[in-house]
Amino acid sequence: MKRVVVTGLGIVSPLGNGIKRNWDSIKSHKSGLAKLGEGYDKIPSKVAGLVPVGSNEGEFNINDFMSSSEQRRNGLFISYAVSAATEAVKMANLDSIEDRERIGTCIASGIGGLPEICSTSNVFEKQKEEYGSKRISPFFIPSVLTNLAPGYVAIKFGCKGPNYGASSACASAANSIADSAMLIKEGHADIMIAGGAEAAICPLGVGGFAALRALSTSFNDRPEVASRPFDAGHDGFVIGEGAGVLVLESLDSALARNATIYGELLSYGMTCDASHITTPDGKQSERAMSFAIKMAGLNPEDIGYVNAHATSTPVGDKCEIGSIKSVFGDHVYSDKFALSSTKSYTGHLLGAAGGIESIYTILSLMNQHIPATLNVENPIEEISGINFVPKCQDHSFKYAISNSFGFGGTNTSLLFGAYSADKKS
Amino acid sequence: MDNQEIQNQVFAIISEKLDKKVSEISEKLNKNVSEISLMNDLGADSLDSVELVMGLEEKFDISIEDEKVEELKTIGDIVSYISANITTKG
Repeated sequence: MKRVVVTGLGIVSPLGNGIKRNWDSIKSHKSGLAKLGEGYDKIPSKVAGLVPVGSNEGEFNINDFMSSSEQRRNGLFISYAVSAATEAVKMANLDSIEDRERIGTCIASGIGGLPEICSTSNVFEKQKEEYGSKRISPFFIPSVLTNLAPGYVAIKFGCKGPNYGASSACASAANSIADSAMLIKEGHADIMIAGGAEAAICPLGVGGFAALRALSTSFNDRPEVASRPFDAGHDGFVIGEGAGVLVLESLDSALARNATIYGELLSYGMTCDASHITTPDGKQSERAMSFAIKMAGLNPEDIGYVNAHATSTPVGDKCEIGSIKSVFGDHVYSDKFALSSTKSYTGHLLGAAGGIESIYTILSLMNQHIPATLNVENPIEEISGINFVPKCQDHSFKYAISNSFGFGGTNTSLLFGAYSADKKS
Repeated sequence: MDNQEIQNQVFAIISEKLDKKVSEISEKLNKNVSEISLMNDLGADSLDSVELVMGLEEKFDISIEDEKVEELKTIGDIVSYISANITTKG
């Protein structure tokens, strides 16, 4: 069976633009959450993980990679995908590859261009009596379609292999990463640009999640502590935006072109609760992790770190801890095991979450250093005895799991390892 | 509105919608501006043309039928169409 390794990483998140800025923020326990501005007065959640925009180092500057006419024609989530892909492609040195038919793109979005749908709809409703469809931009549909994120990235970088995004709500990026590895193993491509992008922060997007009672509402004046997985005060997730993109590559291809290898994607597990659209069940998230561990030929005790899905909702956090305890048994209480949620820094990036969290997981493996779970002042009973990483810490480990679960009961676990030339040393 | 004024406004819309400076392209190709082709010289595809027409309709308060759009191949075509169809309000 072909091995799939990671040869590039790219990220734009509430912590900033670029791998360095993100990892520096993680290490310094810096929250990326802020107050929402105008337009949210009557919406109970007024905090979000917004991408910092500007022309300083580490800030997102769309002018760096899109002309002004391109910007008007693309949804914000597509811009984030292009930004993250640009960094990942550069890191993997993909420009030097001649055969572009062996490079594919699988970048998902959970929601697509919601802010652009809203703004177009608002104008359309006012003008439709007089103008009909005449004033709808021809670029409206292509700017909001979820698959135009991978589509646009492919155009930018000339990637002629498979092209789509696997949309599965908050597990979208994780599913796209798993699909990408399968495409490489099946021989459809040697290299896949994989991950997720999301930009759904607009009054209707925030209002919609608020209507589901899914968002944090108690910390509107202290956004930096609003996302607090595993803390007794957790009261809902904080919506975030951005993109996380990995370059996945067959080991043979990476070795043949002397690419730097940052980690290995060993396996994945994908299951569905088949029980409720929003309430998780637990049994199947457990099976997703177990399946991934089994497929990698490992034992639960081999996993040193789990980057949890934990979004800071009381039901979800507890359910995931329960699944983890079932999978790992007493190993969860040992000093060889650690569990943290980087959503405490970034909020929940929905369809991009699995992308940025895979990156944080790989960076953890590379640096043998794990991100904290911020804001746990009063740990919930369920986490007691488990190292939830109150402060970033050094940790010696070879294998890690990144969990992503989504509405619809979908569960995806990705199993990453530090790269070693000898298989499963 | 005279033709020069119409032309200047058309240039502004092209610059906004297509990110292209007509005067620079005309100089580069050594071509009279009225002969500049939207598709061949400015690289406009079918979607660009639709957006351009929307901009023209809004700016000049006119309506351009789809069949007409296909006939507007150069800057000259656009300027003469607008000057012939614009309502003269002084």
